[in-house]
Amino acid sequence: MSIIIAFGKFGVSMADSLGAAVRYDGVQKSYDGETLVVKNLNLDIPPGEFLTMLGPSGSGKTTCLMMLAGFEPATHGEIYLNDRPINNVPPHKRGIGMVFQNYALFPHMTVAENLAFPLQVRKIGKSEQQEKVQRALEMVELGSFGNRRPAQLSGGQQQRVAVARALVFEPDLILMDEPLGALDKQLREQMQYEIKHIHENLGVTVVYVTHDQTEALTMSDRVAVFNDGVIQQLSTPDSLYEDPQNSFVAQFIGENNKLNGKVIDVSGSECLVELQDGTKLKADKVNVTNIGDQTTISLRPERVEFDPATDMDNLVKGKIEELIYLGDHIRVRMNVAGNDEFVVKVRNRGEKRSLKNGDIVPIGWARNDCKALDAVV
Amino acid sequence: MKLKTAILATSAIAMMSGTAVAKDMTIVSWGGAYQSSQKKAYAEPYAADHSDINIIWDESSNEAVAKLRAMNEAGNITWDLVDVVASDAIRLCDEGLALEIDPDEDLAAAPDGTSAADDFGDLLVSECFIPQIVYSTTFGYRSDIEAWNGKEPETVCDVFDTETFPGKRSLEKRPINNMEWALLCDGVAKDEVYDVLETEEGQERAFAKLDTIKDDVIWWSAGAETPQLLADKEVVIGSTYNGRLFSLIEEQDQPVKMLWDAQVFDLDGWIIPAGLPEDRLAAVKDFVKFATDTQRLADQAKYISYGPARASSAPLVGKHADLGIEMAPHMPTDPANAKNTFLYNYEWWADYRDDLDAKFQAWLSQ
Amino acid sequence: MSETADQLLTTKDGKPLKAALAKALRRDKLRALALIAPLLIFVLLTFVAPIVDMLFRSVENDIVSETLPRTVIELQDWDAESGVVPGDATYNALHYDLMIAAEKKKHTQLGTRLNYEETGISSAFRKTGRRVDDFGEGYTDQFVALNEAWEAPATWVDLLASPDWVKSQATWAAGDQKATAEPSFVINDTARKALPQTSEIYGAFARTIQVEDQDSPTEEEPWNAVYSALYEDLTANPAAADAFSGANEALLSEAAAAVATFTPVDIKALFVKADKDWGEPSIWQTIKTFAPAYTSGYFLNSVDAQLTADGVQMKPEDERIYLFLFGRTLMLSMAITISCLLLGYPIAFLLAHLPLRTSNLLMILVLLPFWTSLLVRTSAWKVLLQQQGVINDFLVWIGVISDAGRLVMINNQTGTIIAMTHILLPFMILPLFSVMKTISPNYVRAAKSLGATNWTAFWRVYFPQSVPGIGAGAVLAFILSIGYYITPELVGGTSGIFISNRIAYHISSSLNWGLAAALGTMLLAAVMILFLVYDRIVGIDNVKLG
Repeated sequence: MSIIIAFGKFGVSMADSLGAAVRYDGVQKSYDGETLVVKNLNLDIPPGEFLTMLGPSGSGKTTCLMMLAGFEPATHGEIYLNDRPINNVPPHKRGIGMVFQNYALFPHMTVAENLAFPLQVRKIGKSEQQEKVQRALEMVELGSFGNRRPAQLSGGQQQRVAVARALVFEPDLILMDEPLGALDKQLREQMQYEIKHIHENLGVTVVYVTHDQTEALTMSDRVAVFNDGVIQQLSTPDSLYEDPQNSFVAQFIGENNKLNGKVIDVSGSECLVELQDGTKLKADKVNVTNIGDQTTISLRPERVEFDPATDMDNLVKGKIEELIYLGDHIRVRMNVAGNDEFVVKVRNRGEKRSLKNGDIVPIGWARNDCKALDAVV
Repeated sequence: MKLKTAILATSAIAMMSGTAVAKDMTIVSWGGAYQSSQKKAYAEPYAADHSDINIIWDESSNEAVAKLRAMNEAGNITWDLVDVVASDAIRLCDEGLALEIDPDEDLAAAPDGTSAADDFGDLLVSECFIPQIVYSTTFGYRSDIEAWNGKEPETVCDVFDTETFPGKRSLEKRPINNMEWALLCDGVAKDEVYDVLETEEGQERAFAKLDTIKDDVIWWSAGAETPQLLADKEVVIGSTYNGRLFSLIEEQDQPVKMLWDAQVFDLDGWIIPAGLPEDRLAAVKDFVKFATDTQRLADQAKYISYGPARASSAPLVGKHADLGIEMAPHMPTDPANAKNTFLYNYEWWADYRDDLDAKFQAWLSQ
Repeated sequence: MSETADQLLTTKDGKPLKAALAKALRRDKLRALALIAPLLIFVLLTFVAPIVDMLFRSVENDIVSETLPRTVIELQDWDAESGVVPGDATYNALHYDLMIAAEKKKHTQLGTRLNYEETGISSAFRKTGRRVDDFGEGYTDQFVALNEAWEAPATWVDLLASPDWVKSQATWAAGDQKATAEPSFVINDTARKALPQTSEIYGAFARTIQVEDQDSPTEEEPWNAVYSALYEDLTANPAAADAFSGANEALLSEAAAAVATFTPVDIKALFVKADKDWGEPSIWQTIKTFAPAYTSGYFLNSVDAQLTADGVQMKPEDERIYLFLFGRTLMLSMAITISCLLLGYPIAFLLAHLPLRTSNLLMILVLLPFWTSLLVRTSAWKVLLQQQGVINDFLVWIGVISDAGRLVMINNQTGTIIAMTHILLPFMILPLFSVMKTISPNYVRAAKSLGATNWTAFWRVYFPQSVPGIGAGAVLAFILSIGYYITPELVGGTSGIFISNRIAYHISSSLNWGLAAALGTMLLAAVMILFLVYDRIVGIDNVKLG
């Protein structure tokens, strides 16, 4: 709570300067002149948005961030900051706050000196510097740590200092390059909320890069999923999960059952898919078009029901291969239509279930829980 | 039984080989052309008759004094014979690091029966010193300097005349010789030089004379430097050992001439380190007796232009082994060259060396 | 049971836990010690021992009291500032000391040693050493004229040798003389008391000829100095003969009666005749000043001072050189270190930020100087830098300088700085490079993103983090350059030489190892002081090699 209150003050002052917007316009990037790391990126980020660039390593997300920060020049295209082209603006004039992967706190300066650094280079008066530094430190609950060296702080504390340093000069836009990567799981979750709250309170635009999908789903307003230098899908976290636009997104976000087959009938937004063993399934048509297309059906494990109602869209039988007790739910690995990696999550309601290894049981799911996507070989 | 025979046999072989294997004799000299003249004139003929001696050459003469002292302190003398200049021989003798020799017993008499002591004469400057050659430190100058308007230096004092003979000079980075030349050219008579140099005023006089050319001097510390500087035209005139100038002029054919005026004679020869074991001592004495006889010393002059230290060798000096020129006119001792020579006073320098060296270094760094 | 005993933790079988732990750890400690033992021994033998030896040499001075023991004792009572030479007793003592020293060939060594302090002593000792043998001849002649028995070696042996020695000598003489050495001569007690000087000098004579010449006292006529000692003993104690019996008593009584009529020999005059310096107080002052077994003389010398009878004084202006050279060595070393830094920093920066392949290639170029011999490199500099050299020729050719105005870049300080900078550059680049390698590019990026210009980011963020590398490189280059002497000797002319050149000179040429050791110790001390200063200012833990 204290964080939120502390940020309240900031929020007011920064709200006036809102209006930051980032626009990538046909941006391409190549390091060696032979392959494109970023292929024709077009992206608008409205002011105040928390946008996450998510993707596996090598997908081009960090390059996009570095181009925005000004550390890498775009090979082609233009990047706009508040409708101003910034390709020729050097990094220190862009006024963008940035939090680095390993924080990049200056080891030879104290925490307070680190925070004062951006103020000093902006030639802000001594007393004002002190005031702002102290306010920023209190904002991240490190008010009494000003005289310590970064090496004397824990990882989480260093992280907060890094965030405070990126904020202390009140930029409109904050970039974060996998800032939580070095923290352990528990601390990482806590920091996720803190960063989220800071964003909410200050209303700054945040561009956040990570390869951790949970982090992306938890924090973001919108997520851009990168792969192979291209944004695969740009949408809110829930639609990313519920309505993946292609197989890559479906697999990258959350857990997913894959069933390969062929489209045999199409009607409106639905289609009928025949699996290799002849099973026919009804599915939402996402990015298949014609009868005869190869397709991969994506199905979330928690949407599958045991003992399905007889009127469910899809009804099949599966053989239980393995049961894993996980407390809040039970993971059931099954063999369904020849796929023995088929996983079903059963919520643990306390009632006794008579599932046993080797049982062949009926299962079913609704048509709109299963998406017919592009085929994965 | 078998084992016993085997042991006997091997020990017998070991004993035999012990006598058959050549004994090592380490001889230390200066390296370069000088050392190879010693190899050719002394060591090769000696080896022809003494297959039991294996001569190992070392090139450490320039640090022989310090090394001999270190060996002596460590109690392990690895050298058998060392070539040093006379002043070093005196110092080594003073320090008890060199063996005293008896010239008539340890050295060969001249072919006409003159005893070794008489044959070497005054050149036996120390009880430990076995003279080999007479060399001189003198000047060489370039004969193609246009600024000299056809004049050439004729006396040592022309070195101090920077108006007639402009250009850089090279002098050795030590007081010896330079102080004497300075006084000679400041009007001091030859036989009074050391008396004058003994006084404060005399030393100041010498430094004052050297001051007149100080800015034009490149100071050398290795004998090879002046020939190189002359060849590179870095200096127009410079002092060095006469043998170095000979090879520069005759072998490398550089436009350089010798200035024999006020050349300072010095001696180079052998010392035997003190404290050698009996057998090594006997071997090295045998070698020295051979290597310093009349013929061997005369032979050395075939390879290098240094004068043999024996009076009886002088008439035997012949032609240069490769160039085929008469060597006698290139000897510092040749009457034509030795019209005006200067005798280096070893004893005086033994006393004044430390003192004058400090003053000389202080003067240099001013 | 006391409380502490209750609290004492024990192992299961009741032993104190601490002892058990120590026992368990001892084996590990011993193993660790065994592992470093070879290096430890190596370092002790090759590094610590020579340094200790050097420190010792710089104060060691027992040669005076060992070579001239009697003279040193006599000189204790002499007032060095009296302005007059010491009395005859001192000359007599020096006569005996010098006689023994000359036979052992120690007098020239001592002369060399004292000549460091006063010019001319070397020849005084050498000249006197050649003549000291004859100093007592006047007495010898008079004794022999009195009774020819004094000429016979047997007389002396009979008079002075102990009966035991006579017996063992006879046994030895009867046997195989080559197999063993003659038994060492022993004086009898009667002679020792009645004729103390004679016994002492004869004993020294006997030992010397036995050891140095493998002669026997039974066959050699004693030194003249022995006769002069006998003269003194009999003059001082005319009743000496009473202690003896038989023929010896008669011989001595006769001599004791005659010595009063002997013409005394003026030993002092003989000394002054050998070298006029012996008639001057200054040589005696020097001997007295340097009589103690330890001296500060070498250290004083190394700071241009000297120990005189009046105490410590600065040397005359025209002989002061060492302080000046120390100063120059430090200044030039700093100049070399700074130029190494200025040239090395950008290169190290470039190397640290290039891709690995390129930087490895360039690193080989940086290390290239390591692979060429020092002399070759130095000679190369000569070819380049001399007035008729490549650089001057080029500058004349392109018209920057006139033929008459060729630059002097060698045989002076410039030459030393250029050549040494070249040689030491890798020692600066390597630590800089390895430290810079560890500085993440994110720091500079962070600084820039926070609004710093390129320069500010470098100066306030990158540079401070590279300081440990600068420290390591500077310390390396500085210490190495302080100790260099070959390169300054070859390219430094007269204005570019270092204190190490004088150390090398005294080690290899003048053989004044005491002074060389003192200079070396001073240099070591200077380096250590600089190190402490450096530690104070920068902090030694701020030195990183990577």
